[in-house]
Amino acid sequence: MDAGQALAIEGPNGAGKTSLLRMLAGLLAPASGIIRIRIGGAEIEDGEERGKLAGWLGHADAVKPQMTVRETLSFFARLYGSAPAVDEALDRLGLARLADLPGQYLSAGQKKRVALARLALCARPLWLMDEPLAALDGAGKRVVADLVASHCTDGGIAIVATHEPLGLDCRRLVLA
Amino acid sequence: MSALLLRDVRLAARAGGSAMLALAFFAGVATLVPLGIGSDLARLARIGGGVLWVAAVLAALLALDRLFQADYEDGSLDVIALSPLSLEAAAAAKTAAHWLATGLPLTLLSPLLGVMFGLPPDGLLALFVSLLVGTPAVSAMGAVGAGLTLSVRRGGLILPLIVLPLLAPAVIFGAGAVLEALDAIPNGALGLLAAFSFAACVLSPFATAAAVRLNLGS
Repeated sequence: MDAGQALAIEGPNGAGKTSLLRMLAGLLAPASGIIRIRIGGAEIEDGEERGKLAGWLGHADAVKPQMTVRETLSFFARLYGSAPAVDEALDRLGLARLADLPGQYLSAGQKKRVALARLALCARPLWLMDEPLAALDGAGKRVVADLVASHCTDGGIAIVATHEPLGLDCRRLVLA
Repeated sequence: MSALLLRDVRLAARAGGSAMLALAFFAGVATLVPLGIGSDLARLARIGGGVLWVAAVLAALLALDRLFQADYEDGSLDVIALSPLSLEAAAAAKTAAHWLATGLPLTLLSPLLGVMFGLPPDGLLALFVSLLVGTPAVSAMGAVGAGLTLSVRRGGLILPLIVLPLLAPAVIFGAGAVLEALDAIPNGALGLLAAFSFAACVLSPFATAAAVRLNLGS
């Protein structure tokens, strides 16, 4: 894959979509083979170094019930050393109204939006997304498509495991 | 690193957090034991240091099994593992947060509870100093166990089996330091406790990170 491309990974339940994403992120060691990323002339094969390029959106949303949406996002922005543009990220995902609500009062779709805001905030070149459309409404799905499209326009790469069409132009990889 | 530390301390201090639970357990045990033993102050003073040390270790253990497990279950641990922070630094930050939320409050409360055991002033001071020096070792050793058991459901059952034997030296030297003050016979317990605690704190982040790495890959 080249910079600016998006890839949709499809396949039945248990085909290994999540495992593949975890391997790409360096969270899981591949049983055989190597994963290589070329960036700025350097080749990265080490899993943990690869992880420092990855923005992760797992099927769990990393939203704490005791922390407000704003606290959650500013914590991750500080942890990733990225610009604390929390309000901008909240606006983008339609969360401005919920900023000061603790995570325990959010619905599954709202939590997914918080996770997407975190992904956008953390400013990593390689997005690894596991079922980003799950639990989202129609407007939410369009926001995901917009986010991925603008990320790719900025020269990023998005690899998305999904069961539903993403609603944008992208390459497809079907796991049997 | 400070972001993670601050967040963990805040979570522990909030409703449903572990800090108050540990403190309440510690105070509860320290109140019940004198009631059970009776009012023989000389005898209470002899056992006070040991009982309070055991209570402190068990109280700190109550908060340990969720140290990594909570973040593992809600997906935060994956995001933390991919952050610019190394897993070793993350382990150190979470261990320090555990100590600030449990070990430090227990230590600050201990002189008050020592009075219930009839400890003389220099005994109270020895108890306070030994807990201040020794409780970091409890958090450090406990973090290794928490890292090993983070993906085990009901890991709270296995965690004490792993961690308690490792903490026996802390209890022995900690209680010994209080007896030294009571008997005025030097036994070197405080020095040994400090050495044990130092080694535990230095080595723990590496062992903990290795354990977490192992569990994330499974």
